[in-house]
Amino acid sequence: MSDDLVNIEVNGVAMQARRGQMLIEVTDANEVYVPRFCYHEKLSIAANCRMCLVEVEKAPKPLPACATPVTEGMKVFTKSARAISAQKATMEFLLLNHPLDCPICDQGGECELQDLSLGYGSDISRYSERKRVVKDKNLGALVSTDMTRCIHCTRCVRFGEEIQGMPQLGTVGRGDRMQISTYIERSVDHELSGNIIDLCPVGALNNKPYRFSARAWEMTEHASVAAHDCVGSNLYFHVQNGRVKRVVPRSNEDVNESWLSDRDRFSCYAIEHEDRLLRPRIKVEGEWRDCEWSEALERASTLMQESIKSKGADSLGILASPSSTLEEASLLAKLADGLGTANIDHRLRMLDFRDQAADPQFPSLGRRIAQVETLKAVLVVGSRLRQEAPILAHRLRKAALLGASVSFLCPQRYEYLFPVTAYLDREGGSMTQQLSALVAAAAEVTGKPLPEKVHTAIAGVKFGDLHRSLVASLAEEGESAIFLGLQANRDAAWADLRALAGVLAQMTGASLGTLSEGANSAGASLAGVLPHRVAGGADRSKTGLNTVQMLQEPRSAYLLANLEPWADLVVAGAMEAFKAADSVVALAAYAGSDLLECADVLLPVGTVAETSGTFVNVEGRWQSFAGAARPLGESRPAWKVLRVLGNLLGLEGFDYDSSEQIRDELHGTLGAGEASSSYAGGHFPITAAEDHAVEVAMYAVDGMVRRSLPLQQTGEGRAEQSAARDSAVAG
Amino acid sequence: MLAVRNIFKTFFLVELLKGLRLTFRNLFAPKITIQYPEEKTPQSPRFRGLHAQRRYANGEERCIACKLCEAVCPALAITIESDVADDGTRRTTRYDIDLFKCIYCGFCEEACPVDAIVETRIHEYHMEMRGENIMTKDKLLAIGDKYEAMIAADKAADARYR
Repeated sequence: MSDDLVNIEVNGVAMQARRGQMLIEVTDANEVYVPRFCYHEKLSIAANCRMCLVEVEKAPKPLPACATPVTEGMKVFTKSARAISAQKATMEFLLLNHPLDCPICDQGGECELQDLSLGYGSDISRYSERKRVVKDKNLGALVSTDMTRCIHCTRCVRFGEEIQGMPQLGTVGRGDRMQISTYIERSVDHELSGNIIDLCPVGALNNKPYRFSARAWEMTEHASVAAHDCVGSNLYFHVQNGRVKRVVPRSNEDVNESWLSDRDRFSCYAIEHEDRLLRPRIKVEGEWRDCEWSEALERASTLMQESIKSKGADSLGILASPSSTLEEASLLAKLADGLGTANIDHRLRMLDFRDQAADPQFPSLGRRIAQVETLKAVLVVGSRLRQEAPILAHRLRKAALLGASVSFLCPQRYEYLFPVTAYLDREGGSMTQQLSALVAAAAEVTGKPLPEKVHTAIAGVKFGDLHRSLVASLAEEGESAIFLGLQANRDAAWADLRALAGVLAQMTGASLGTLSEGANSAGASLAGVLPHRVAGGADRSKTGLNTVQMLQEPRSAYLLANLEPWADLVVAGAMEAFKAADSVVALAAYAGSDLLECADVLLPVGTVAETSGTFVNVEGRWQSFAGAARPLGESRPAWKVLRVLGNLLGLEGFDYDSSEQIRDELHGTLGAGEASSSYAGGHFPITAAEDHAVEVAMYAVDGMVRRSLPLQQTGEGRAEQSAARDSAVAG
Repeated sequence: MLAVRNIFKTFFLVELLKGLRLTFRNLFAPKITIQYPEEKTPQSPRFRGLHAQRRYANGEERCIACKLCEAVCPALAITIESDVADDGTRRTTRYDIDLFKCIYCGFCEEACPVDAIVETRIHEYHMEMRGENIMTKDKLLAIGDKYEAMIAADKAADARYR
């Protein structure tokens, strides 16, 4: 490889670089700073800001470091008089038409142009002509624009083309008449569009809900983890006086790179929604009354104990949101164990539990998120991936652009912004039929014998060349994977789909992975919030009732943790079951009309920003975070509430002082070994049953997202609302 | 020789007369005592007294909620909250100065890019109730409206030195 290395000299210091590498990459790697605006390591090179001009020996003019490949023996000077004067001249040009309205600009204090103008700008302007003024564009509810401030670095344009795959912004005009604009008047509607806010080096594109509400220097930064999908994107809460002002991504190359989905970025504007439950409430003779914590907790424990005393422990059902933290899940599981019930579940939107005995220890992607990029062939079954896990869809897009053959098998056709090899939809039959056809095709293509259990399913299925080529791509040399999405997971034939996908994976040598609901399905599974498993994955002596059973065979008492019956459950008759129950105790951040109708005790708990905890993502990565904001009103972190509830119920082992203790204890229980994450293959008879998929819209996944006004005002959010309205009218 | 000189000085009370010379000079010099509050000392246009918020001639308030005064205040006496106003501009929704914390250094005035917050020449004010030490935006604007002529004149007088 030594041929590929070249020796260069920067400011008299010898450096080694790969042949063909750009100069700015080498200087960055060696911590020599070169000023820049348009260069971004995740985007292509444009070299249009000219801020990174440096002097290169024997070059007649200063060269842009971002677009100059290194060559053997190159001598570069980044701080010579010539380089500095070129950079200062560039800065003068950039500032010609910049309004210098830093005092009213939200970027002020964290602005790349402001920072660099301090070093390279002149204190007086030589320009006395009229400055350019550009009309602001309306880009929708998420991104505010002040286009006069734009310096035409085109990072946002390149982001649209290269990362989103959906060019929404472009340049119009030339020279000083150039403008960044949507070609037709429209909003930016992509699930990652908020990232242009971070990319913009000046204040031209900014966070609209945050507009004018705080200054960069007033806020403190709190590292945390996103709570709305199974990826677990890393982020920072920016907090002023205990209140979350905005969310920005935290770079983690293994998880979310430097991106953040809009759902994770803008959900924080629901923290102070008017629905927030600020004080404990109890229902006395059908009337809600605010009360003290002690009274509400006493009442909750009495109600649960009464039900257990009169009707047995089996009369209690516990339902937890899959976005509960690992600590909350662990305490709920301990609570269930202590009270002697096994009716506990977090799989709120699942309908088919036939094959749950074969579940891996936690729902897993089957590989690292970063390894999705290197796949050569992928089949995605039953997933609206861009909506379910935007960051995963981005990784898959990267794989596809690198030449991977990506195919989909979904009930409907969804738009993907990369070349799709094959798309099987409902027109060719149900998902189970199509998957059976693929299994049959796999037998023909690979020549391997079909396992006995699929014989009934594939009897009489027909497959064509599309199926053959799809299977062949999976079976080819190189890594391949089959991902089962959330639509498949919510399907009435989930067990069949997974078993068939398992067989297909085995025959083609692909890895099998599943997406999971919420931020912490994996953690809830590991902690034992399952009717058939205890913490650590061992089977329960007696299997309890799952979500569907708990609601179809109504219990007399329910404990609900962070879920809203009307939207988080898909089983018909959930509300009726809760209303008919003797007592419903709900830990809730929001008091929606559904909870007010059916609950008896409401215990206010903090949202993800206000609690410490741990999320286990879909690759099994444990990510802990501390509370960022002050809990609103009298709400408390849910783990503290559960801890006290455990004490009041007289249960052993609820004496924790911190959420870390709970996490460490659970970590000890699980042992040092990696939790098993592979699906071994079930034993139940597979049928190609008619499937029934449940749609959950992107901005309706949990209470926080549903209450975030900016998200609901996006094109996607408005479409969801009108769809919900239509179904309400029809229903 | 020194001893003789000392005896001479002692005998003729030379030191005492030196002192009395100063006394008598001041006895007949013009008086400098000011009969406050009937009389007042002259003030510099840069005098730093009670704060005020100014408006433009068209009545629009100057403050744009940039929070530079809040950031520069060494006594942390200023509290600002901002939001988007009805006309889309950046405005304060709260602008409080705690006069008990303020040390009248004038940094806020220096930092202000639009000459909105100023320290006037008013230095005779008092509070009777706890809480009156908080100068809210309304109070500050009222002071600004009342004394705009004086503030403008002071700013004009000092303009050539800025």
